Amino acid sequence: MNLAFNTAPDDRPRLPGSLHVNRRLSQWLEFRADGTVLVRPGKVELGQGILTALTQIVADELDVDPARVALLPATTGVSPNEAVTSGSLSVQESGMALRHAAADARSIFLSVVSQRSGVTPDAIRVEDGAFIGPDGPLGSYWDMAGQGLLEAEASPAAQPKPAAARRLVGTSWPRLDLPAKVFGQARFIHDMRLPGMLHARMVRPPSVGARLLSVGPPAGATLVRDGDFLAVVAASEALADRAAARLKPSWSAGTGLPPDTDAWLRAAPGEDSVVASDGTPAPPTLTREFRRPYFAHASVGLCCALARWDGDALTVWSHTQGPYNLAADLAKALGVPPDAITVIHAEGAGCYGHNGADDVALDAALCARETPGVPVRALWSRAEELGHGPLSPAMLVRVDATTDAAGNLTHWSSHIRSNGHSGRPGRGAVATLLAAPWILGGQPMPASINPPLAGGGGAQRNAVPIYDVPNLQVGLTRITDMPIRSSALRGLGALINVWSIESVMDELAGRAGVDPVEYRLRHLSDPRARAVLEAVAAMAPRAPGWGIAVARYKNLGAWCAVAARVEADERVRCRELWIAADMGEVINPDGAVNQLEGGALHGVSVALHEEARHDGSRITSDSWDTYPVLRFADVPRVTTRLITRPEQPPLGAGEASMAPAIAAIAAGIHAALGVRPTRLPFTPENL
Amino acid sequence: MSFSLNGVPVALPQGGTLLQALRGPFGLNGPKLGCAAEACGACHVLLDGVSVPSCALPVEAVAGRVVVTLEGLGTPEDPHPLQTAFLEEQAGQCGYCLSGIIISAAALLRREAKPDEDAVRAALQPHLCRCHSHNRILRAVLRAQAEPHQ
Ligand code: FES
Ligand code: FES
Repeated sequence: MNLAFNTAPDDRPRLPGSLHVNRRLSQWLEFRADGTVLVRPGKVELGQGILTALTQIVADELDVDPARVALLPATTGVSPNEAVTSGSLSVQESGMALRHAAADARSIFLSVVSQRSGVTPDAIRVEDGAFIGPDGPLGSYWDMAGQGLLEAEASPAAQPKPAAARRLVGTSWPRLDLPAKVFGQARFIHDMRLPGMLHARMVRPPSVGARLLSVGPPAGATLVRDGDFLAVVAASEALADRAAARLKPSWSAGTGLPPDTDAWLRAAPGEDSVVASDGTPAPPTLTREFRRPYFAHASVGLCCALARWDGDALTVWSHTQGPYNLAADLAKALGVPPDAITVIHAEGAGCYGHNGADDVALDAALCARETPGVPVRALWSRAEELGHGPLSPAMLVRVDATTDAAGNLTHWSSHIRSNGHSGRPGRGAVATLLAAPWILGGQPMPASINPPLAGGGGAQRNAVPIYDVPNLQVGLTRITDMPIRSSALRGLGALINVWSIESVMDELAGRAGVDPVEYRLRHLSDPRARAVLEAVAAMAPRAPGWGIAVARYKNLGAWCAVAARVEADERVRCRELWIAADMGEVINPDGAVNQLEGGALHGVSVALHEEARHDGSRITSDSWDTYPVLRFADVPRVTTRLITRPEQPPLGAGEASMAPAIAAIAAGIHAALGVRPTRLPFTPENL
Repeated sequence: MSFSLNGVPVALPQGGTLLQALRGPFGLNGPKLGCAAEACGACHVLLDGVSVPSCALPVEAVAGRVVVTLEGLGTPEDPHPLQTAFLEEQAGQCGYCLSGIIISAAALLRREAKPDEDAVRAALQPHLCRCHSHNRILRAVLRAQAEPHQ
């Protein structure tokens, strides 16, 4: 989802991951005389543990103690531009770049040591950064710091270690950031306190499209108004909260929202495209329709940013997923050159996709413009998180399937209707930040788009079944009206696409009188898909309310099968989940399991609890009471098995399990109740 | 007017919520803001040994009382058994929810020496974890209750 956007073919020799587009070794690595190595990844920590995984990779390849590795938070103008941290691609893009860069750096240093000492490289070993020859030490990385040895383009010939020689990679190294979080040390952007910092609170239009008519002066705070953007800035959080609550602006009526999402999904204008087409169509023997509502990100933390203007230069601290992309859109919205803006990453609460992190950065920049030289911290409220952040769009999927006399699948045809799943900043001519259309001279919010299938797709993600089917037609209508701002949330279109495919496969198995695992295997020639399906089938004992599902994330990433056991009385509860996943090489097995389990439980929450609601004018599910999510009492037990393949490229873990978990729960509901769910969430009213 | 904060008597600030006072003038980082509506658990602190949300509590309400935050439970040098157990189980992803969760678990372990899993789930029901590290968190609390503690 990230580099996929700018992988225009070029003539340069191919380098792994983001190294291809950030080719200088010194962009990534810097040895320092104090015995440390500074690593500058362009990817950011979102709670997924990427910093720990990258440390393992670099320490392994350089042969240094991981304690010597210091990571610089991604900073525009300094860190390599790795676009967006998303799509479970950070190990592929940043990890593989750093592995190659570190291997190259190691061999450059080794050859210099060899030339200077006359000892052949084969006779030198590296021990915690020191080069040791047959007769003793020959120097270290740190001795040669500052000699400019990494001022070179990475060589495509560099050879990372073979899998068997890795020591740290493949072990469950503990998370580097967790101790600070367990002891309450400052680690989050929320914990940053700049000298003289002021606090901003925004006051939002009460309905979509409402215009600001008038506003009186705030008490104990400074008013910030630019077009329809309204905020207050005060010396403390309490003062800012109070001033915002007492400000009673008057707004025009809004432009309204479609009151009936179902009807809107069917009728809204859009752009048609063919996702896949092979063979010929045939009259269906089974037709099913699947629907899902809007979902919210609903991070426990609140979006936050700090900004300070020094003359024409703007510095922003942000938990954005893409510092360069954010800088580009801030520049468009604020009418300043991109190089006048520095974005520095600071960790936020868990991020599961394109949330309001970028939006609040523009809020902070607009507020700080009123207080030159003085930093301003902007913080969203819970209602802004749930009611003004981008949502994952509602979708409608229709499937027509045809089987032969033996019940085997011969034709698959499906059609998806949805808004685009990507409205991320930094990719178009117009800024996509929440407040950008509101400020004077602002452009309307562009309708979100879908990445191409080769980059994982958006609405069409996982719409092509992994099963062998001779005749295949998959179509997509990207709805071009966007009454509710829609963008990427964990899994994107895969959530409904995997569920709809697996639901139909389950139903076809039942019609054919064949066991659901056996039926899938009949249509599955991909050996790695078969392996995860067979593994999870062996882990999960058959019981009432048992369901199973399998997918390969984006049809390009990790293979994952999930089995679920559900109980249904007055509502459905998921009691147990089993996960088997093949993500190729695994950098940190415990981290991978943590991500897979997190994704599967996120699937449980979406399957059974979540639905963003609106009326004719606004999002109404803007509190934890109106947007309930999974809590401790309803969390199922989870058992996870990794099928690791150290020789294979690493594939991300964060999103692979979510869609199969939803699909397995749907199958379990059918097993328990005899009803096949067709509408998410699987609540009593939808069953 | 004063109260006890992490074992130290301090003067009571004026105005705002307890959470705003803890994160503002007292400069603490443990308790987090998540909703300001007592609905997510991120801001919990121990008030006279009971785990309570601090996001809507007027700071004046703690006059003469004893407040303990995550920072007051233990330090890297002298960790609370829960802090040790959370690290051993790697119980968390982003960690935003952990301060409130560890506080409620600490209150539970004061009330009950050996809570079972259902009791832990019940004690943590006010807390959201959107990274969905729940099972690790449950394991960490059950591991900590097996250890001797203060
Ligand atoms: S911030 Fe206090 S319970 Fe959510
Ligand atoms: S670890 Fe992120 S919310 Fe719990």
